[in-house]
Formats: sequence, C-alpha cells, structure tokens
Amino acid sequence: MSNEIAILGAGMHPWGKWGHNFVQYGVAAAREALADAGVPWQDVRFVSGGATVRCGYPGYVAGATFAQALGWQGAEVNTSYAACASGSQALAAARNKILSGECDVALVVGADTTPKGFLAPAGGYRPEDPDWVRFYLGITNPTYFALYARRRMDVYGDTLEDFAAVKVKNSKIGAHNPRARYKKQFTAEDVAASAMVADPLRLMDICATSDGGAALIVSSVEYARKIGKGDAPRVAAISTTTPTFASSVVEMPDIATDSAAAVGIDAHSFRSTLPLKAYEEAGIGPGDVDLAEVYDLSTALELDWIEDLQLAPRGEAAALLRAGDTAIGGKIPVNVSGGLACFGEAVPAQALAQVCELTWQLRGEAGDRQVQGAKVGITANQGLFGHGSSVIVKR
Amino acid sequence: MSDKPLAPAIDGWHTMEVKPHLIGTQCNSCGSYFFPMNHAYCRNPACDSTEFSEVELSRTGHIWSYTNASYKPPEPFVAAEPFEPYSIAAVQLEKEQMVVLGQVIEGVSCDELKVGMPVELVLEQLHETDDDIKMTWKWKPVKA
Ligand SMILES: [Zn+2]
Repeated sequence: MSNEIAILGAGMHPWGKWGHNFVQYGVAAAREALADAGVPWQDVRFVSGGATVRCGYPGYVAGATFAQALGWQGAEVNTSYAACASGSQALAAARNKILSGECDVALVVGADTTPKGFLAPAGGYRPEDPDWVRFYLGITNPTYFALYARRRMDVYGDTLEDFAAVKVKNSKIGAHNPRARYKKQFTAEDVAASAMVADPLRLMDICATSDGGAALIVSSVEYARKIGKGDAPRVAAISTTTPTFASSVVEMPDIATDSAAAVGIDAHSFRSTLPLKAYEEAGIGPGDVDLAEVYDLSTALELDWIEDLQLAPRGEAAALLRAGDTAIGGKIPVNVSGGLACFGEAVPAQALAQVCELTWQLRGEAGDRQVQGAKVGITANQGLFGHGSSVIVKR
Repeated sequence: MSDKPLAPAIDGWHTMEVKPHLIGTQCNSCGSYFFPMNHAYCRNPACDSTEFSEVELSRTGHIWSYTNASYKPPEPFVAAEPFEPYSIAAVQLEKEQMVVLGQVIEGVSCDELKVGMPVELVLEQLHETDDDIKMTWKWKPVKA
C-alpha cells in the first residue's frame, strides 16, 4: 500500500519581526492554505499543530489553540514538539491519521515568535543541565556551526569565499520571495565586511530568528481525486530518525560525543542518516531529486547538507556551488526559497515552510524562483540533539 | 592572578593536579566512556548495564575542529571586562573514541590551530568570584 498523501493547499505568513501573537501567524497561514485547497474549514477533521515553547500555555497546546482561533468545529487535535522537526512530526501525525483511514482531510500548522538576541538558558547553578553547562563554559549556538564550518575548510579545502557564495546565491533568489524577511541582495564584500561571530563564520553567515507561520492542508489521495485534485503534489516520505550510537559529531547542547570505544563509530553522521530513510520510503534515490530545501543555519551548513543528502560526494559540495549547480538553472538548485538566510528561523513553522516551497515549486507556481520541470523535492532540517527531519514531495 | 584559593568551576568534573584529567565514567559491561559522568544507564543500545566506574579520561588528543567566541556569551558565562575573544576546540580522545569540547588556553588564536593538531588538557581560570578563582579545563596545543 502506498503511504502517500496529497498536499491540497499551502499557506504562509511572511517571516519577520512583526510583534504579533503566534496565533495570528498560524491562523493567517491556515486560512491561506484552506483557500488554496478550496476546502471548507468544517471539512477538516484533524488539526495538527507544531508547539512553540516561548509562547506560554497556548503555545504548548498549539493544535487546540489554532482550532479554537479558526472556530471550534469538533475536529480531532494534536500538538507536536520536536524543536526544528516539530512541523514534520505534526505532518507525520496527520499522515498517520489519514493513512489509517480515520480522517480524509487535515490541517497542519506551525507558528512562532522569537525574542531578540542570544538564546540563553534558565538561571541558577545547574551543572546537571547540558545547556547551562555549555553556556557557563562559553560555548554558544554559533560555536557548533563554526566547528562544522572550520572542519570543512581544513579537511575539504572549502574557503571563506565559498561560504559567502552561499549567502550571495540565497539572497539573490530570496530577495524576490514576497514571504521572506530579508530582501537585500548581499555581495561577497558585504559578507566579508560583517562582524566575525565564531571563526570562520561572520554575522552574514549565520541565520537570524524570526516570527512566521506556515500551514498545509493534506488529504488522502482518494479525497484529492474526488475534489478534482488528483494531480496534487504528494508527500512521499517523512523521516524523523534519531542518530545511531555512537554518533561521532558533537551536537548542541552536548559538550562531548558518544564514546565509540565499545561499538566503533557509526559510518554516518546524524544528518546523513535522516535522508536515508526518506529515500527508502519514497522509493527513489538522490539522482531523482530536482531541488532541495535545507537548513542553512549557517552558510557552511548548506554545503554539509548537500553531501548528507547525497546530492554531491562527501567534500564536493563547494565544487557544485562554484559551478553554479545549486543555483536556479543549475543541476540541483538548493534553497530557492532563499532559505534561512532570507527567512530567519521560526522554529515550529520552518519544516512546514520548506514543504510549502516544494508544493509551489512542484505546481509550477513559484514565479521567478521556479525550477523548471521540478517533479521531486526534498527537505532537510536539524534542531536540538536527536531532532531533525527530511520530507520528500513529488508529483 | 590574585592569591585567592583555586576551586573547580564545576565540582568533580576534573582533577586539580598539575597534569589534570577530566573525570568520566566507564560502563562496567560494554566499556563505553561517558563525559560528563553518567551513573544511571548505559546509552549503548546493545547494553542495559547500570554499573559504572569513575575513570580519568586521556589528557591528550587531536583537534577535531575549532573556532572562537568573538562576542561575549550571555549568562551564566562570566566575562572579564573588557571581553577578550577566546578559542574553542573539539578534541578527539584516542582511547575513549569521543570528542570533548572546551576552551583553548588564553592567547591562542584560531590562526595557530589546525584540524589534527595534538593538544593536552590543562587547567586555567574561567572567572573569579569574591572568594576564589574558578578553574576549568582548557586545551593547549603541544609541539608534535
Ligand atoms: Zn554499556
């Protein structure tokens, strides 16, 4: 039996710092997705929300909060919290409900607001909390991205110019995305002139936090056919796999990796295991992919992802970038939405925003961002330790 | 440095000798190492042991990767005024086959570091309180 579901509608509230409540972003995205799907709200029988921990009680029960805001109509409800994979887990919950035959149509929605500045841990003296420990020792979030970036330079010969080229590429496309937060086209000189944050990453290499909201209306393939949308893009795979022991790459917020003394180092990093399950589930390989939306928390991380998704052999992502193959018109365009470089990050919305972009791309509705003839797209994201996801959408 | 007594920044995570060691645990059943110490349950999926021994981890290793902190981190980090950027290294320990993060000793910039470079563990001041000087582990490049 196929495990595909149809994407009938996609919606987003533009990313930015708008100062609204997260519910407002989610409702705007949900209404846009409903209108796009042409499905009446009353026909949605399952509401699957991505939770946001910074918005108090309503954020923890995001599914019901959105359902109430849209008007109670008796649908079943679910809330998922999985850091940056929250949206994918919410989508997975909706898919399970649909594939089990318990409902025909579901709304999946995530929205967030974020505070300004560094994310900091709770106070006190708490050495049992790894998040507290690393900050006490002076190890912030950019440290981890920078460790990965510096390793690329020393091991594969990537350069600062390569990292800047990722920002230049993404901002060139994202500047025209009406839903993106940053509309400026950055040059390599802009990147080089920005302040150093964590060597080799500068301010322009690292993504900001944002407010935003994204939503999808998904259904069984039968329902899609019934309403004349049998050719709608399909969710062909959702992977939310955890790492395998011993994971050899140090992950935020830990200050040490697993020891591989007993079992040997797993051949794969956490990031590279995520898409493996997605490819297997969709029954396709990396060669079938037309475009990818990946988590460019840093410019260098986009290059890691290209290799983790097997779109280039290990160490060769920068060569792909230099050849222009990851830009629009290239062999495998990456982050044609503009990526996190242009959006910033709105945690529970981001994984859904990636799927929204693939939906518009596969329907040929992406305007000047359009990847011609796109039939298969893949997403990848990563949050705190053990939380990440990869989704394949095909037509 | 003042003449205040020296105290570990986090109690029991490292020895206070001239040639210090990080203190970890080793699973009595499968031999996996843990840092910080884990006494509760083995994280090796093939092992359900709850018996661990405290061990001193290797005090030398090779740099897996490195970076620096150009901006002052938020609390609970206690920064000297004015803030001085410091380097950070992720170090691969051979015997334990694990990577441990830590600051690099004062005065060493990223330009002087390289993936694969040998380093050793030393103690250095993290910050000073009214009563004592809080010491922590840092990585120090050694001549190969
Ligand atoms: Zn064990």
